[in-house]
Amino acid sequence: MEIKVFASIKEKVGSDTIDLFVGDSISVGDLKNHIFVDYPELDGEVFQVAKNEAFVKDDELVTSSDTVALIPPVSGG
Amino acid sequence: MKMFEVISEPLDINKYHQMTINEHQGAVCTFTGHVREWTKGTRTVHLEYEAYIPMAEKMLAQIGDEISERWPGVITSIGHRIGKLEISDIAVVIVTSSPHRTDSYRANEYAVERLKEIVPIWKKEIWEDGEEWIGDSRKYHSSVEEK
Repeated sequence: MEIKVFASIKEKVGSDTIDLFVGDSISVGDLKNHIFVDYPELDGEVFQVAKNEAFVKDDELVTSSDTVALIPPVSGG
Repeated sequence: MKMFEVISEPLDINKYHQMTINEHQGAVCTFTGHVREWTKGTRTVHLEYEAYIPMAEKMLAQIGDEISERWPGVITSIGHRIGKLEISDIAVVIVTSSPHRTDSYRANEYAVERLKEIVPIWKKEIWEDGEEWIGDSRKYHSSVEEK
C-alpha cells in the first residue's frame, strides 16, 4: 500500500510516499502500528490519516484502492 | 475561477472579493494573512508552504459549507498560496460576504480558525540559523470530533 506523506514526515523519510506491505484491507489503527514498525524514524511523529482526501478515525478500514495520506499537524494561514 | 483554491502564484485579493458579491450582499469582509518577520524575538528570513492540494481545496470548501449552515446567506471564498513566500507576502485571503455586516465578520474569523485546524497546509519557517516545520499549537484536528 502506497501512502502519501507531507512536510515533516516527508523530510524524515526522504520521499513523498511510503510503502507498506499489508493485506487488502486494514484498519487505520493497525496501519499506524505498521508504520511505526517499518519506519522507526517516524517514532514520535504525530499525524492523522486521510482516506480519499477526508480525515478518518482509527476504526475505519482502508484498502489498497483507497488514496491514503498521513497528515501531520497543520499550520496554514 | 475557483472559490476555494491553493495556488503557487501571488494571490489576487480582488478576484476572491468579486466572487462573493451579488445583489443580496451588503457587507464584504476581507482578511489577508501575511508573512511576519518577527515571532517572539526570532527573525524569519522567509517561509515555505506545502499543501496536500486536492484535500486542502476540499477542506476549504467544507469550511464554506460550515459557514453557510451557521450563518445562512454568507458567501465565502478562500485562496491560499504555497511555495516560497517572502516577508509581508500574502499567504491567505479569506473573503466572507453577507446581507448585513455582523455575519461577515463572525464568519470570517470562524474561517481562519477552522483553516488552522483542518486544512492540510504546512508552514516551514526558515531562520538565519535553522528551519522548522510548524505544527498546530492548539487542539489537534477537531474535524474528526463530532460537531
